[in-house]
Amino acid sequence: MTSTLEATVIDTVVQPGDGALVEVPAGGRLRIVDLHGNQAVDTLLYDAHDIAHRYSAFDTVREQGAVFLTTGSRLLSNRLDELAVITDDTCGRHDTLGGACAQESNVVRYGEHTRHQHACRETFLRYGAPAGIGQRELGHNINFFMNVPVTPAGDLTFEDGLSAPGKHVELTATRDVLVLISNCPQLNNPCNGWNPTAVQLLGWWD
Amino acid sequence: MSWAHEVPGGAAWSTPVRAGRLVTLTALGDDANVSVLLFGADRLDRLNVPDTMKAQMSARIRPPMVLMSDRGLALASVVSSTSDWHDCLTGFGHDAHLERFGPSSYAADRNDWRRSARSGLISELTKHGLGEADLHGPVNFFSKVAIADDASASLAWQAGHTTAGDQVVLRTEQDVLLVLSTAPHPLSGAAYGPAGVQVEVGSAPWPAEDDASWLFRDESARALEMCRRVVA
Ligand SMILES: [Zn+2]
Repeated sequence: MTSTLEATVIDTVVQPGDGALVEVPAGGRLRIVDLHGNQAVDTLLYDAHDIAHRYSAFDTVREQGAVFLTTGSRLLSNRLDELAVITDDTCGRHDTLGGACAQESNVVRYGEHTRHQHACRETFLRYGAPAGIGQRELGHNINFFMNVPVTPAGDLTFEDGLSAPGKHVELTATRDVLVLISNCPQLNNPCNGWNPTAVQLLGWWD
Repeated sequence: MSWAHEVPGGAAWSTPVRAGRLVTLTALGDDANVSVLLFGADRLDRLNVPDTMKAQMSARIRPPMVLMSDRGLALASVVSSTSDWHDCLTGFGHDAHLERFGPSSYAADRNDWRRSARSGLISELTKHGLGEADLHGPVNFFSKVAIADDASASLAWQAGHTTAGDQVVLRTEQDVLLVLSTAPHPLSGAAYGPAGVQVEVGSAPWPAEDDASWLFRDESARALEMCRRVVA
């Protein structure tokens, strides 16, 4: 629902490999636009007034009784409180099982030659630091626009995204939240279509 | 030398375990659930279920997978198990999941007081100078939450997945802190009566050349190798 009082307060582009820390007040809407398609946007949420109160991927998955996130998914905290709701989604589904890339997990997945490639965990720590978000505060994240199918046999794979240029997902904050974003620089798997690209953030609130 | 401890159902417990030990969890009843958190030798690095899953292309925990940390190190390897599916997708139970059983307190129920996995895990973490911030996605040993072949990948807890006597054996790859709760699985629809679990710790033989976890996948071997470099 668009209020006449709402103004566009954020309209910014996040380059691949860069990040953002955005405070969205209760009732505010934050839209992430996949400008060029197939771009994973690793995202964490925190209660803006208590960073120990944070997004919990597995609590969110269990309480909705389904793996994928889409319109209507309630993004729950580690205390089972609602932090935000996905209120619009033109992509269709998003991952929250696959975690974020890190230099260390890149070594595990792709070999030691990837040790010094840039990774989401570095971006999370850099952009989180001013809010006091450190290693202990990094929970398991959302990967908007990323496609991680799971099967009844219990297998999990990374596949080409379902997203396309201009697709977007929109969150409405249930309480004042900090949204910590890493626009994923991963080059070693298809989650960014082998070519990380920019995304746009649009925010509306009073 | 080995030792064993029986954790009753609905309880929480923690213990440091040295590298190179076999930790055998044995279900003492049907439909047991053991929600397990793991910390590395520095008590900061911790189990990372997403990384464990994506490195080994599995949405369940089974032998011979390697349980991996935030820093890409092996914490423990799953040496063997009578079950090929241990849930790692649905977290541990909260107080809200016990509400359907009615009120419970120490005053009314003494040590049959019903407490959630979350409250028990935080209590154990606090004993080690850790706390809520250190909670992470657990492995729910002995539980299965099946994944449907539908658009949202719906989830459903499976009754009867394991029975008394079922086992899983872990080999610690570095000094770890094992933190666990035997509270009911949060999706369990069963009447209250969580099974206990026996935890036995003994020494592990040095991994052989044909060790199943080292040979499982290149990713598993690299996590073990990176751990070996730190531990050795
Ligand atoms: Zn990434």
